[in-house]
Amino acid sequence: MKAWTGKLIRVNLTDKSIKVEDTNMDDAKLFMGGRGLGSKYLYDEIDPKIDPLSPENKLIFMTGPLTGTYATCAGRFNVVAKAPLTGTIGASNSGGHFGPELKFAGYDGIIFEGKSDKPVYLHINNDTIELKSAEHLWGKDVFETTDTLLLENEEDARVACIGPAGEKQVLFATVMNDKDRAAGRSGLGAVMGSKNLKAVVVKGNNGIGVSDKFEFMNATKDAKEKVLANGVTGIGGGLPSYGTQVLVNILNEMHSLPTHNWRTSRFEGGEKISGEYLAENYLIRNKACFACPIGCGRVIKIPDGKYKGIVAGPEYEAGWAYGASCGVDDMNAIDKANHVCNLLGLDPITMGATIACAMELRDIGVLSEDEIGGKIEFGNADSIIEWTEKTGNREGFGDLLALGSYRLAEKYGHPELSMSVKKQEMPAYDGRAIQGMALEYATSNRGGCHVRGYVVSPEVLGIPHKTDPLETEGKAGLLKLFQDLTALVDSSDICLFSTFAIGLPEISSMLRTSTGLDLSDEEFLQVGERVWNLEKLFNLEAGITGADDTLPPRLLNEPLPSGPAKGKVAELDIMLREYYELRGWGEDSVPTDEKLGELSLADKALA
Amino acid sequence: MAKGIVISPDKCTGCRTCELACSFTKYDLFNPKDSAITVLPYDEVGLQVPMTCLQCDDPHCMTVCTVNAITKDEKTGVVTVDEEKCIGCKMCVSACPFGNMTYSVRLKKVIKCDLCKGTPQCVRECPSEALQFKDLDGPLHKRRNIGDLFSDVFGEVAK
Repeated sequence: MKAWTGKLIRVNLTDKSIKVEDTNMDDAKLFMGGRGLGSKYLYDEIDPKIDPLSPENKLIFMTGPLTGTYATCAGRFNVVAKAPLTGTIGASNSGGHFGPELKFAGYDGIIFEGKSDKPVYLHINNDTIELKSAEHLWGKDVFETTDTLLLENEEDARVACIGPAGEKQVLFATVMNDKDRAAGRSGLGAVMGSKNLKAVVVKGNNGIGVSDKFEFMNATKDAKEKVLANGVTGIGGGLPSYGTQVLVNILNEMHSLPTHNWRTSRFEGGEKISGEYLAENYLIRNKACFACPIGCGRVIKIPDGKYKGIVAGPEYEAGWAYGASCGVDDMNAIDKANHVCNLLGLDPITMGATIACAMELRDIGVLSEDEIGGKIEFGNADSIIEWTEKTGNREGFGDLLALGSYRLAEKYGHPELSMSVKKQEMPAYDGRAIQGMALEYATSNRGGCHVRGYVVSPEVLGIPHKTDPLETEGKAGLLKLFQDLTALVDSSDICLFSTFAIGLPEISSMLRTSTGLDLSDEEFLQVGERVWNLEKLFNLEAGITGADDTLPPRLLNEPLPSGPAKGKVAELDIMLREYYELRGWGEDSVPTDEKLGELSLADKALA
Repeated sequence: MAKGIVISPDKCTGCRTCELACSFTKYDLFNPKDSAITVLPYDEVGLQVPMTCLQCDDPHCMTVCTVNAITKDEKTGVVTVDEEKCIGCKMCVSACPFGNMTYSVRLKKVIKCDLCKGTPQCVRECPSEALQFKDLDGPLHKRRNIGDLFSDVFGEVAK
């Protein structure tokens, strides 16, 4: 079949064997690729109960059928493994140019098994695949590693790698690619580090075909025109003009920008950490990922001061984590801290949120300066950089921060101060002011996360239509639709941001014409639902149950102090009940046999 | 009047859609390595520069071609490679001062922009208007366009 290459690389790091095998096309038809197909391989091949940092875990890089084509924003790939931060299934996607290059080399994905006795990296140049020593790279940061590998191999190759944080198994280490793009959440970089795998270098020169050239051209033309005409994604729109940080002022205005570790939801210094402020004072130009007409990436210049330099600008959630969440309104420091995350290979959301949690523990006197070995208080701009560096290198108190906010807060007897779900930190949108997001955080299959079902779109931005963010009615159905569609998007593998402008009909049309699969729009959407249920089954088998579909007590019990949602808490229970029902799950969140049958997952039913 | 592709690196976001449009149009495959246009990244200064054949007025590739496979159309200004005549010696590849000629080992032919018979697909697909297909007033104007391009680039680098 076209669109897929039909080949996978399987690398056993323990015995150093490398095999090229056929992609399971029966599964590809049911799960597409990327997050879906990667999760299917993981589900089939590992016991969900294993320790995520043991050699029994597998690390899967997977592209989708649209990766590498010029479908809108088709530059993505997923990294899939059991996640060390959450213990759930972990799938994290990234843009840049690495994913397409893997397909140009002739492969849909790579499955890493076992653990190498010494640091190694995988080099792929079309048919030549070899494991090479990475001992000289161990300890080097992401940028230095990438530059060294390009010099040693092909200058136009693409590199995905871990930084020191991944090597030292910080529980929220990222897999970085093209230097500053990240498969950022849930700590998949730590899995890579646990396998002594430093990097993957890939170069390819094979083409990718599609099933119907002219129909595909029409389908992509239609999608691209919609993206370019859209107020968020199009020319002059919010994302190209201000990047994802365009959201700061919007969310702050509606008092749903969590501030000081979610104590309040409006940040006085909001304006100074906004996308508008960044564009005015820092932006050099936009940088797009492969095949992306939006170009939300920021190339910025910190003009002066101790953090001077040209770096990639922070995303909204990263800027929020270091900014409002830590009470820091110094854009220079936020940009620098974000850059340190890129260098060391850290998820800036969890990093910033964990620092914010430590700041609250310090604030209430649970942590002393002696205990910390330094300063960590709300508003301290230098401290966000200092503790990011020390966490990435696991120095001093940073060794504890490296476990994320939940384990930190639990150690000091205050687990309720970790603003996390399933031990992963929630980002940047207060669920008390945006009820749909409260449900999203609670039900996301990888713990606290905004991009499994981004209902900020309707709740805040009014896309495709405006919903009342304070209302709970109808949110379960809305979220289910967003989650299923997102799972399809992540499995196709295109960028979620394109869905501000295009929906199921456009995505289905691009998939149909590229793959030749004769599926209806509804059947494509069902692929997403299938992926969602498979992830859920993995989590249930890993021991993560309906009891974990909850929120930090602060969101459930402490009313918001100001704004349109003043006095509100997250009304989770009522939404959750409806959600399980709509999903075809029992009250214990276990998918019913009937639902699994409907999704061709009957054989996966739990014993 | 001859028209040409005018490149504005300040608008380029580096998405490489132009590379994909080129290879897909010509060879039905998405393959940047077989594209006649390439986006060069200059990460240290945050710049992306698309490079493609400038359809030179006095093309070096044409001068060095030993079998006269390369010709320049007086009217459209397009410099074309006759695939029947080309023997794959790659002299043109080394002669091009901008590196805009490539040889594909897989396709066993020279890859060079022919402006898609007057409707360049890279320009059509470029989402950021970094590529434009415009009338060129004459050799001087054309050179000035290219000169502006490079002064932009180096101006940025110097900043």
